[in-house]
Amino acid sequence: MNAPTYSAKDFRSDVKPVWCPGCGDYGVLTSIAKAFADLNLAPHQTSVVSGIGCSSRIPAYTNTYGFHSIHGRALAVGAGLKLARPDLTVLVAGGDGDGFSIGGNHFIHACRRNVDMTYVVMDNRVYGMTKGQPSPTTEADWDASAMAPPGGTGVTPFHPLAIALAAGANFIARAFSGDINGTAALIAEAIRYPGFSFVAVMSPCITFREEQRDWKSVIRQSGFPATTDPAQAARRLMTDDGFNMGVLYRGGRDSFAKPRSTQCSIADLDSEFAV
Amino acid sequence: MTISSGSVSIALCGSGGAGVMTAANMLVDAAAQAGYYALFSRSSGPQIRGGEAAALLRLSAEPITSVDDTFQILLAIDWLNVVRFAAELPLNADSLILADPTAGEVPEILSRSGARIVELPMKDLAQSIPGGRPNMIALGVVAALTGLGVEPVVEMLGKSLKKKHADAFEASLAAVRHGAETGLTLDAPCRQLPPALPRHGGRWTISGNHAAGLGAIRGGIRFCAAYPITPATESLEYLSAALPKIGGVFVQAEDELASINMCIGASFGGDASITATAGPGLALMTEGLGLAVSSETPVVVLDVQRGGPSTGIPTKSEQSDLNIAIYGLHGDAPHLVLAPQSIGDCLFTTQWAVHLAEAMQAPCIVLSDQSLGQSRAVIDPAPASPFFANRETARTPAEGETFKRYALTNTGVSPMPVPGTPGCQYTADGLEHAESGTPSSQASDHSRQLDKRLRKLVLHDYGPDWATIEGEGEIAVITWGSCTGAAREAVIRARADGVKARLIAPRLLYPTLPEQMARALDGVRKILVVEQSHLGQFNRYLRGEYDLPARPDVLSRPGPLPIRPGEIHARLLAMGK
Repeated sequence: MNAPTYSAKDFRSDVKPVWCPGCGDYGVLTSIAKAFADLNLAPHQTSVVSGIGCSSRIPAYTNTYGFHSIHGRALAVGAGLKLARPDLTVLVAGGDGDGFSIGGNHFIHACRRNVDMTYVVMDNRVYGMTKGQPSPTTEADWDASAMAPPGGTGVTPFHPLAIALAAGANFIARAFSGDINGTAALIAEAIRYPGFSFVAVMSPCITFREEQRDWKSVIRQSGFPATTDPAQAARRLMTDDGFNMGVLYRGGRDSFAKPRSTQCSIADLDSEFAV
Repeated sequence: MTISSGSVSIALCGSGGAGVMTAANMLVDAAAQAGYYALFSRSSGPQIRGGEAAALLRLSAEPITSVDDTFQILLAIDWLNVVRFAAELPLNADSLILADPTAGEVPEILSRSGARIVELPMKDLAQSIPGGRPNMIALGVVAALTGLGVEPVVEMLGKSLKKKHADAFEASLAAVRHGAETGLTLDAPCRQLPPALPRHGGRWTISGNHAAGLGAIRGGIRFCAAYPITPATESLEYLSAALPKIGGVFVQAEDELASINMCIGASFGGDASITATAGPGLALMTEGLGLAVSSETPVVVLDVQRGGPSTGIPTKSEQSDLNIAIYGLHGDAPHLVLAPQSIGDCLFTTQWAVHLAEAMQAPCIVLSDQSLGQSRAVIDPAPASPFFANRETARTPAEGETFKRYALTNTGVSPMPVPGTPGCQYTADGLEHAESGTPSSQASDHSRQLDKRLRKLVLHDYGPDWATIEGEGEIAVITWGSCTGAAREAVIRARADGVKARLIAPRLLYPTLPEQMARALDGVRKILVVEQSHLGQFNRYLRGEYDLPARPDVLSRPGPLPIRPGEIHARLLAMGK
């Protein structure tokens, strides 16, 4: 490999993030920039696409071709971009509400479609931008919210990794925002891996979920190597406590791509309608 | 001569499997071979296959852009459920009803028109031919009665069937000839087609949905993501086959939210992009269209309108998406809305839409409808048009210069880089932003960017294609979209009756062009607005957006019944008194 032309700093813009001090998303931003640099990518050949929410602010903080789109739709924008421009590296980023609630259907179909892009979800189990409502990954009994009833919503949390596996994602990993190098390495591997790669990053919201400060003391590297067997990956997820970091699954599906070659002229198309 | 006296309209009815659509397709192809123009629409229920159906045809020596007032021939192989769409089969005392006696009595709702009823035992006649089918008997009868003659049908059968299905060819040929011989013996006087005019160049047979697809490609569309929906699906089927042949991409998305956002992503990547849908899908796409406005990402949405609201009447036409197309986006979100005026014009207008969207980096909605999209016409080939996608792209800035994606230019259009261009990285955003693209909630940035996004649409020179303006007189018929053909025919008829009227049909519905409309209306004292909606959406739009010289009379009706030339003609005569 040639010496990298760009450093992680070259992938950062000078726009100041809106995030609270101590937000886990700072670490993810650093990890993404580091992953891009480690892969020897160029900022102008890289794209970061997002939806809406705290973490979805991330494209403006990068020096890539960013797209800060609308709530829940980032994966659709990213898929369109990658299918049109297979030469670009497309990374889609966002939060748990954006990706699993309003964007849940797109998440499922992005997994099964398997376009060659990487999806980084900064999961803090809360809607931060709207000031602390329960999200799809919020624990059923969490009630420290003006919108949650006493005792919590009582609704079983969404299991992003299990759903990604069931829907056919080709690469599934879990990371922790506080581990910048580890997260960067997982994102870099996800980018390199063909097809749809899903990296669920535990990224604490210390403003509305102060108890998530404790995550750093409970997370651990998974004791298992990644598997290529979806059944084994599913069994591991069944017994998983949610704190095992690393690559869970590497699939063998081919990327969904559309070859682009011209086989006929527009005059040929016209002739189909001639009497 | 007005077109109606030189045309013959034919309705072929039969339940699924009776083969009336096959017969109608063959009749259109034969007429086209013989040099005639044709318009072929179908009325069918919601069944996936089978059920009641009617093929509705109009043949003429002149180009056709409207249905006629009545059918000269209604031929029924059976009467199954015909009552459900009898209102779409207007007849009068000059009409012929050709019915198989084994199908039972002619339904009263049809016979009360006073049409001459002629028994035609198609099933029996077919049985006398080995492999013969009643629909081929019908084809021969109609060819004979209308003066088309059996020879063009025979020639067409030879081309379409002879090689592939020799048995079917022999049987069909014999049945058609038998039908034609029978037709000549019937006591069934019928309006005759005039001789076909000499043909200059070839002809096309095309549906509005296919024409829109071809227009999109001619305009430079290379990406389509879409979700199937009636009555837009044929345009998607066309694009899914055609785009890969010319190096383009077609994706079936999981829903309309994904469709529009995939298109926005692809367009951001540099490909001119389109999606096609109908009202329910357009409703879902409005959030994405707002993003396209704010992020200044060009995209074309073909909306093939159907009866609404909600699921409405998916298989029938209506012009009731005008409000959502123009006013349906939240915030102040100026964008482009166009409407094709005929099946052939679906090609031009969609091509123009691509050009306009790309030139102004804005979303453009094309309001077609079921009557255009799913009808097939024989037309003159679409001429070449100069309108292509020609996006103003950005180049790497010089040393020391900073690229500003949303720069406040005089035209309002700011260069849009193709990702991969060094030095032009920016973040496209649905958040309000400064010139650089950086999110901003400042009043000054908001008003400047709102001005910019409006300015680029208002300052564009749309040229003469913004509207069809024909004729002169103190009466103006103002209409749009698929009603234009009927209005044109009515204006021609009124002129023959000594009532001068002009036709004004804007192809560009948004933005509005006050100066051009004022010129079109110069000297007008009375206005008739013609549209196919229950609320009179177009009339409200005209009165809200334009200074009109008079309060309009309105001929407005929801679908599925088409607005026919005779209704407009009658109103014009009353206004001309």
